Amino acid sequence: MTTTTDAAPAIGPRALTWARRRHAAARFWRQYRGHRAGLAGLAVLTLIALTALAAPLLVGADSLSVTAAPGGPLEEPSAAFPLGTDQFGRSLLALLVWGTRVSLTVGLLAAFLSVAIGTLVGITAGHFKGWYGNVVMRITDWFLVMPTLVLAIALATVLSRSLWTTVLAIGVTTWPTTARLVRAQTLSVESRPYIERSKALGGGHRHIMSRHVLPNVMPLVLAQTTLVISTAILTEATLAFLGLGDPTVVSWGGLLQDAREAGAVSSGNWWYLAPPGLAIAVVALAFTLCGRTIETVLNPKLGGSR
Amino acid sequence: MSTESTPALLKGAAGVDGVRTDGPAPAGPSVRGPRARSTTAYLRYAAGKLAGAAVSLFAVLVTSFFLFRLIPGDPVKQMTGGRQVSTEQIAAMRKEFGLDLPLWQQFTEYCGKALTGDFGTSYQFRAPVMDKITEALPATLLLTGTAFVIYTAIGIWLGARSAWRNGSAGDRFHTAFALTLYSVPSFWLGLLLIITLSVGIGPVPGMFPTGGMESGSGSGFAHVLDVAHHLVLPVVTLVAVEYARTLLVMRSSLLDEMGSDYLTTARAKGLRDDLVRRRHAVPNAMLPTVTLLFVNLGNTVAGAILVETVFSWPGLGGLFYQALSVPDLPLVQALFFVFAAAVILMNTLADVIYPLLDPRVGR
Repeated sequence: MTTTTDAAPAIGPRALTWARRRHAAARFWRQYRGHRAGLAGLAVLTLIALTALAAPLLVGADSLSVTAAPGGPLEEPSAAFPLGTDQFGRSLLALLVWGTRVSLTVGLLAAFLSVAIGTLVGITAGHFKGWYGNVVMRITDWFLVMPTLVLAIALATVLSRSLWTTVLAIGVTTWPTTARLVRAQTLSVESRPYIERSKALGGGHRHIMSRHVLPNVMPLVLAQTTLVISTAILTEATLAFLGLGDPTVVSWGGLLQDAREAGAVSSGNWWYLAPPGLAIAVVALAFTLCGRTIETVLNPKLGGSR
Repeated sequence: MSTESTPALLKGAAGVDGVRTDGPAPAGPSVRGPRARSTTAYLRYAAGKLAGAAVSLFAVLVTSFFLFRLIPGDPVKQMTGGRQVSTEQIAAMRKEFGLDLPLWQQFTEYCGKALTGDFGTSYQFRAPVMDKITEALPATLLLTGTAFVIYTAIGIWLGARSAWRNGSAGDRFHTAFALTLYSVPSFWLGLLLIITLSVGIGPVPGMFPTGGMESGSGSGFAHVLDVAHHLVLPVVTLVAVEYARTLLVMRSSLLDEMGSDYLTTARAKGLRDDLVRRRHAVPNAMLPTVTLLFVNLGNTVAGAILVETVFSWPGLGGLFYQALSVPDLPLVQALFFVFAAAVILMNTLADVIYPLLDPRVGR
């Protein structure tokens, strides 16, 4: 905004808005930088995202083939196979790297679906009070008390086995908390005078919800998304472990199920079991750390960890 | 691990919904004293919560019936498992399990019977579903109850200490450690514990049994010890993944109390720091945590599905897993109802009890 003094008349309201947003983002980042846990989480996530993107370059897709496996079954870690091999002789390191893609994809998509439903329900329920809001919040409350895992398992059982089923099962069961948060925020935003001004100037429902409420709710939604992702990744692993995931893709939860079926537990093959679970924990923790940091930056009153 | 979403945990917003909106009854020209008035207001509030719970339970019953009808495939075909059966036999089986009736009739029958506690006959075990559930219930209650007591104690104790020394090395360590364990999949932790402590790695001998609830035919005290021995690893797993939630809520609700005037007063009286914490701060900070405890208790029953599966614990969770793999419709829908009912009842109990504990609310 400092460079625009001589061109002041040319600045439209839109450019001004964007400048303000850039400014806010810069301030947010300055505060975020002060939290070591958040930075660590972000660093880990960047690394994992790069691994997921580069997976086809790091390990060829052929290393996933069951028939043309390079090693013997259930080999211990060695120079050729740093993490050993599975019961088909595939390199576990390759499978682990490849599994990153599924865990991240499902986690992100499910969280996106969940937060999208939650935001839509929350904003509309907060905006249209009266019977619509009441009914919607009753339904939300009802979903809120349902045991998420049991419902997700039930959905995954009922639908056919695919990644989309997992995404759907997680997304459909985890949205109510977001809806509650967003509705509370919507109510507080809508009680402010500029909403009244907007209504007086003829702003319709859609205008108010999308131009005034949504931008104000977005930061909260962002923090919520990060937190839901870690839940989603854990649930994905759980469903895959229970044999409810897509059997044709390699995922961390699926690897754990394979390990259990291959008798890794009774024969003490800890090198088969340890890495996938560790990977799940690291990614889930990284997302949680980022989410908590974003929450603390947005609302210092929460007194989150430093 | 729990798949419950984390915001409540992270924000410590364990307030009871609706409690604050139900204010005291409007003061009118009443002959009754203020106490009687607040009692009726409370009773009305409690009745409302109970009615809400009844509606929720019914909705769960409806869901449990229709959701699992969507499973593709004919249950009778699943049961016969590809064996040669005559059409008469199939018809007899359909009749036996009531599958020959139209769907709406099956539904009304299901609801009517469910009200009397009859959830039909298990396809898999050929025994009344309710018998299977009551058989498995004690094991689940033993496991989740023990774990609940331990993780609640640890969570509250560590949470209070963390908040009291907010920002110290100890606080940061405990918060980080709890968050790390919270991110760990429970089934994985269970499997690792089995490998290290039951099967044994290298120099570590196998110290604990790998699964089940009892191994010998011992009686009396020996039997109790045997069950306790089997209980150790599943309980450790559940406690490890669950205590973070209690810790973080306790921590944040104590942090909210930290700046309060009454604590300054207590200190001004010359009380030791330790006493200020235990007698003044912690009891007040406990209030929001109590709500969470009930919710936790309900969720732990469902959350134990994985731990029970991994440790072959003969409880409801293990039964659910077995029923899913068939799929054994009557058993699955009954267990789904039981899990959801546990959460709903505990939530309602928390809502009903909370105003009694905290006189500032709803009176």
